[in-house]
Amino acid sequence: MGKTYINGIGCVSAQKTFDTVFLEEAFLNESLNVLPLENPTYKDYISPIAARRMSKAVKNGIVASTLAMKEANVETFDAIITGTGMGCIEDSDKFLKAIIDNNEEFLTPTSFIQSTHNTVGAQIALGMSCKAYNFTYVNAAVSFESAVFDAKMQIDADEAETILVGGIDEMTDYTQRLFKLAGFIKKDEEGSFPILNSQTTGTVFSEGATFLVLENEKSASTYAEIIDLEMVNSLEVLEVESKICDFLKQNNLEISDVDAVVLGINGDVEFDSYYKSISENAFKNTPQVYYKHLSGEYNTASAFGLFVGSKIIKIQQIPDILKANDVTKSDIKTVLLYNQYRGIDHSFTLIAKC
Amino acid sequence: MNKGVAITGMGIISAIGNSVDETFDALVMGEKAITTVSNIPTVHAAVMKVGEIKKTNEQLASELGLSPDNNFSRTAMIGALAAKQAVQNAGISSINAYRTGLISATSVGGMDTTEKHYYNYFDQPELIKYISAHDGGDVAQKIAEEIGLKGFVTTISTACSSAANAIMLGARMIKSGKLDRVVVGGTDALAKFTINGFKTLMILSDTYNTPFDNDRKGLNLGEAAAFLVLESDEIVAKENKKVLARVSGYGNANDAFHQTASSENGEGAFLAMEKAFEISGLKPSDIDYINVHGTATPNNDLSEGRAVIRIFGEENVPDFSSTKPFTGHTLAAAAAIEAVFSVLAIQNGIVFPNLNFKTPMAEFKMIPQTAIKYKNIDHVLSNSFGFGGNCSTLIFSKH
Repeated sequence: MGKTYINGIGCVSAQKTFDTVFLEEAFLNESLNVLPLENPTYKDYISPIAARRMSKAVKNGIVASTLAMKEANVETFDAIITGTGMGCIEDSDKFLKAIIDNNEEFLTPTSFIQSTHNTVGAQIALGMSCKAYNFTYVNAAVSFESAVFDAKMQIDADEAETILVGGIDEMTDYTQRLFKLAGFIKKDEEGSFPILNSQTTGTVFSEGATFLVLENEKSASTYAEIIDLEMVNSLEVLEVESKICDFLKQNNLEISDVDAVVLGINGDVEFDSYYKSISENAFKNTPQVYYKHLSGEYNTASAFGLFVGSKIIKIQQIPDILKANDVTKSDIKTVLLYNQYRGIDHSFTLIAKC
Repeated sequence: MNKGVAITGMGIISAIGNSVDETFDALVMGEKAITTVSNIPTVHAAVMKVGEIKKTNEQLASELGLSPDNNFSRTAMIGALAAKQAVQNAGISSINAYRTGLISATSVGGMDTTEKHYYNYFDQPELIKYISAHDGGDVAQKIAEEIGLKGFVTTISTACSSAANAIMLGARMIKSGKLDRVVVGGTDALAKFTINGFKTLMILSDTYNTPFDNDRKGLNLGEAAAFLVLESDEIVAKENKKVLARVSGYGNANDAFHQTASSENGEGAFLAMEKAFEISGLKPSDIDYINVHGTATPNNDLSEGRAVIRIFGEENVPDFSSTKPFTGHTLAAAAAIEAVFSVLAIQNGIVFPNLNFKTPMAEFKMIPQTAIKYKNIDHVLSNSFGFGGNCSTLIFSKH
């Protein structure tokens, strides 16, 4: 059975996650409930003519995948697999609004063509003439994990050697307004939006794109090995700990073997209890990391989490801005990531130093 | 030949029927169900025909026994109905008794509710519940809840090949031992969004779609959901399960040619079929029937035809038909309903007719099977292609 290594990462997010070592320029902005993207210099990656027609998701996907490929020194793939919870909502919102506002007349096809969920994966494949396997997963908070799961399954079975995986989500004004209406985004009138130990419902949203090059062999650029990944559609708060113990046991590990736990805490008091139930008990003596105060929440924010976990293993350091408790450990070998969104779509990812 | 993954249950709802039995009867009787749209208010109603499930959302909700405060999209409702049928057909009473997963597929998810309430959300608080019903994951979560499944749940969206990829992933997960049992398929309800999208691309026919006809004018959209239950051979043996057919081959490739158009020589389709043969260990000459994608757009049928000729040779193309004249093109559900048709073809030894065909295409000598044909069928190849160059092939086998 093969092993799966993370050999390159590219990340476009609300933080400066490109041209930096590891979040040394990170900025905690608690005054906004929707964090703006830290824009890369798109023209360094995409011709301005082509970029004009592209949505944010496509542009960010191209930049993030290019960065990951450059770092891994890889140019061809046996598969391109993406995940996106909401898909290309910039183009689908645009097309839908035009349908409604113009009573189904005077429409042009461009935004419809670009509205399908697999647009980013397709555009990346088109850009490099990659005729390989090309899948897009769209299952809310496990969209990205589904992509990684699929890739790992192929590499483990020796069906593929090099795979590009990515998680992409974008935010639009319309979706933002809907999410505020539904209470998914914290209320504007709260004024300040801390994530850790928040007492209010809803979360701080954002957008982003994170791509990884996964390979069956280690290289000079290797971050970590992906040991295992499991997804469960629904769990009760009290079931999380035993689920994690079972998951670790399958990999011959125990709670005490975990050197850092990366949690998807997003400041929603209604659902952060899932994380609390383990951070105050099983992982009380384990270094705890959180990241959504920097990345914001989005369906594929957990890809930012995997970026964080991988960097921690590579650099062997947890930046203070990510620490959710005071526990430290000198050697960080094994990192567990746990994420869920609004009580469903739980994912457990285990990565290790190699 | 490599032994495929067992199919032990199927469920389907489309314009031609609300169950596997009704579907089979319609296919045998040649009863197409392409009509004027009635459930969606659209200005294009007079100039297009669709394959529509003639049930209102209220009727679907009451069949599912949903409470009045439910927030199911139409896509989720038809998906849940088909998935429930499949689970029942497979004789499953305790869904979580084995490691069971759900892999759904959809192109627009809950778009049917979003487009209905677009501006009304802001002044009608009772509609807010539908905001979370928009994304593909919500559809899968609701189907999982309806069949009581707790475990691996995901959704694939690669436009019109989505369900083929869901079936493919399910088969791979059973083969690799990641799951013991998996419910796979797809669901898509008609929406103004897709009607207008395909309209602007000018690939909607104003009459009945005519696949592989020289004078084809485009596609009819349809809505449908279908799910299949795949089970490991261990469960099949242990529970003495009836195997309906097997998923013996699968392949996915990208045409990498254009976001919406297929390449002239059907490179992606060719590669997908080639991979499916490799996985199955079968030769092209083993195929008894091809259920082609055959959307009846000028571009698809030409590109697919050329790819089929590249694989089989122009003189050796087996009996083939597109079933889209019956159901319309049901987008992300297409490969799932056509998987059900493929299994029915194998079980009953029937090549379903390619309706509405008159004139052979000028570019090649491929002529679809236009009348129902009875013969032994061991292997069916089914193609599905989508936007983004996504090309998928599945092979279903009797044993």
